[in-house]
Amino acid sequence: MSRLYATFKYTLISVWAGFVVGPFMWAVLTSFKDANGVQGGATYLPWVQYEPTLTGWQNIFGGAGGVDVVRPFLNSAVITLVASIISLALGALAAYGLSRYRFKIGFIANSDIIFFFVSQRIMPPVVLVVPFFFLLQWANLLDTIPGLVIVTVALLLPIAVWVMVDFFNGIPRQIDEMAMLDGCGPFGAFVRAILPNSVPGLTVAAMFCAVFGWNDFFFAFRLTFTEIQTLPQAVVALNSSIPPWWTLSAAALFGMSPLILLAVWVERYLSKGSLPGVIR
Amino acid sequence: MTLDATDLSLTVDGVDHLKDVTASFQPGRLHTVIGRTLAGKSTLLRVLAGLQRVDSGSLTRHGADFLTTPVWRRDTAMVYQQFINYPHLTVFDNVAFPLKRAGVARDEIRRRVQESLARVGLTEFRRRRPSQLSGGQQQRVALARALVRGAGILLLDEPFANLDYKLREQLREEFKTLFSDQGDAVVIYTTTEPAEAMMLGDVVLVMHEGRIIQTGPPGEVYDRPATTTVARIINDPPMNIFTGRIAGGRIAVDDLQVTRVPAHLADLPDGTYQFGLRAPDIALASAGLQAEVTFVEISGSETFVHLALSGTGFVVQIDGVHDIALGDRVSMRLRPERLFAFDHSGALVRSPSSGPGSPEGR
Repeated sequence: MSRLYATFKYTLISVWAGFVVGPFMWAVLTSFKDANGVQGGATYLPWVQYEPTLTGWQNIFGGAGGVDVVRPFLNSAVITLVASIISLALGALAAYGLSRYRFKIGFIANSDIIFFFVSQRIMPPVVLVVPFFFLLQWANLLDTIPGLVIVTVALLLPIAVWVMVDFFNGIPRQIDEMAMLDGCGPFGAFVRAILPNSVPGLTVAAMFCAVFGWNDFFFAFRLTFTEIQTLPQAVVALNSSIPPWWTLSAAALFGMSPLILLAVWVERYLSKGSLPGVIR
Repeated sequence: MTLDATDLSLTVDGVDHLKDVTASFQPGRLHTVIGRTLAGKSTLLRVLAGLQRVDSGSLTRHGADFLTTPVWRRDTAMVYQQFINYPHLTVFDNVAFPLKRAGVARDEIRRRVQESLARVGLTEFRRRRPSQLSGGQQQRVALARALVRGAGILLLDEPFANLDYKLREQLREEFKTLFSDQGDAVVIYTTTEPAEAMMLGDVVLVMHEGRIIQTGPPGEVYDRPATTTVARIINDPPMNIFTGRIAGGRIAVDDLQVTRVPAHLADLPDGTYQFGLRAPDIALASAGLQAEVTFVEISGSETFVHLALSGTGFVVQIDGVHDIALGDRVSMRLRPERLFAFDHSGALVRSPSSGPGSPEGR
C-alpha cells in the first residue's frame, strides 16, 4: 500500500517537474544553438547532436545583428525596485491600520476595504489600461519611467496590502499594546515593535511585488512608445517574422535570472521558525 | 495618588463586560481581582491601562481625569497571561525597552536592567531571545520589564495561569518579595484562583458578570461573603449552597431534617433560607444523612466526593485518598456551626464568624 502510494507520488512529482522544467531546459538548450542547430529538428545533446555557440548570448549584449537588452533590463530594474519599495511602505502602513483598527464608513467595514484592494487584481488589466493612459497623458507622464512606476505601484499595492494584513493579523495585538504601555505612540509601536518582527511577511510581499513588477508586459507595452522599453517588451520585440530563437531564448533566460537569484537568496528568510515564541 | 474608577460600564453586543464598576485602588497596596473566566477582570485591566474604551463612567488618577490620557502617558506596566515579550529583542533589550523610551541615560539603563534581571534570576540569559527560554523564564522577562520602570500602576492579568503547577507556586512565592518594594505603585492582580487571591491580596475585589460584587480584605471576604455568588467564587471547591427551611430548631431540606440550628443562627425567624457550607465542613460519617456518590476526584492529599442528597448536590472534601465507588450510598454529616445563611435573593444573613443577634451589614 505505502509502496504503491510512494510510486504514485513520485511518478506524479516527476511528471509535474518535467512539465515545469521542460520549457526552461528547452530555452537553455536553444540559447546555445544557431540557425543550423534550431532548424535541424529537435536535438538535445550539445556537441553530439549540434554544435553549441554563444551567438544568442552575444546578440543580446550588443553583438552584431542583435538587440541591446541591457538598457531595458535597467529600466525594468528601476521600475520594479522603486515601485516595490513604495508599495511595501504604503502597503505595510495600510495593512497595519486595517489589521489593528476598526473602520466604519457607512456600510463599508475593514473586510470591504481589504476586498476593495484585492479587487484591483481581480479586474482584467484591459479595463485599467485606458484610464491609466488618460491619467498619465494628463500628468504628462506617458512614456516615462515615473509614469510606469506609478502604474506599477497601483498593481503591486493590493498584493502588498493583502499579504501584510494577513501577516499582521498573526502577530498578537498584545505586542503593540505592550509597546504603547512601554511609552511608544501608535506609530512608534508599529515601527519599533511590529515591523522588526515582520521580516518574513515583508519578504513574501516583496517577492510577490518583484515578480509581478518584473513580469509586467501589458502596461509597459500600452503606456510607452519610443523612449522607454522594459525587458519583457524587448524580449517580445525580438519575435519578428523569422524569430531568432537563440537570441530570444537567451534574452528570456537573462530576463528570468534576477528572479531566480532573488528566490534563492530570499528563501532563507522564509524558513520556518521565523517568528518563534510570538504565539504560544 | 489613588486610582479611582466610578461607574465604569461597557456593553459589547448586548453583553455587559463591565457594569457600574466602582473601585478605589490605593497606592502601595496589592489588589487582587478574583472572578471566573469572562467575569470582566481582563476588561477592567485593559480599561485601566487605556487599551479599551468604556461606554460610560469615569476614571481619575490623583483626582485628575485619566480616561482621556493616552496609553503611553499612563505610567502603567502590564503583564499578560500569555508570555508577551518583544520576539526580536534579547532579554536584556526587552527589559531595557521601556527605559529607552523614557529617555533614561545609557549607564542608568544598564544598571537598572541588570538589577532587575538579577531579581528574577535571569542574569545569565540576558543575551537570549524570548523564544529560547522556557515559559516560566519568558514570564520572568515580562515581570522584569514591568518592574524595571517603577511604574505608578502595575497590572498583572493572571500572570501565572499558563504556567505549570509547580512553577506557578514558585513564582507566586517570589512575587510578593518582588513587588514588596514597589513603593507607591498601585498593583492590581487578577486571578481565578481563590487561594492566590487570598494569599497575595491586601484587598480582594470579587467580580462576576462585569460587576464588582464585593470588596474587602481577604479575611473579611472569606469570612463574610456578601452573596452566594461570592461564596462560590472565593472557595475552591465552590461553597455548597442549598435551599433549606428553619423550623422548630431544625434545618430541613425538602422534608429531610439535615441538622439542628446552630447557635449563630438561633435567632433567625423560621422560614426558607439558602445555606452555605464549605466542602471541608461536611464529613462522611458512619451514621447520618444517606447520600449517593455521583463523582469522586482524588487530588492526592484530598479526596473530593460529590454527593446527591434528595436532589441537591454537595461536594465533600476529606483528607487522604479514599476508595469510594460511584453509586455508593454513604452517610454524611454537616457541621452546623460552620453554616452560612443567605436570604432568598442570595444576600448574606449570618455567617459562622458573626455571633447570634449580630446581623450582617449589607
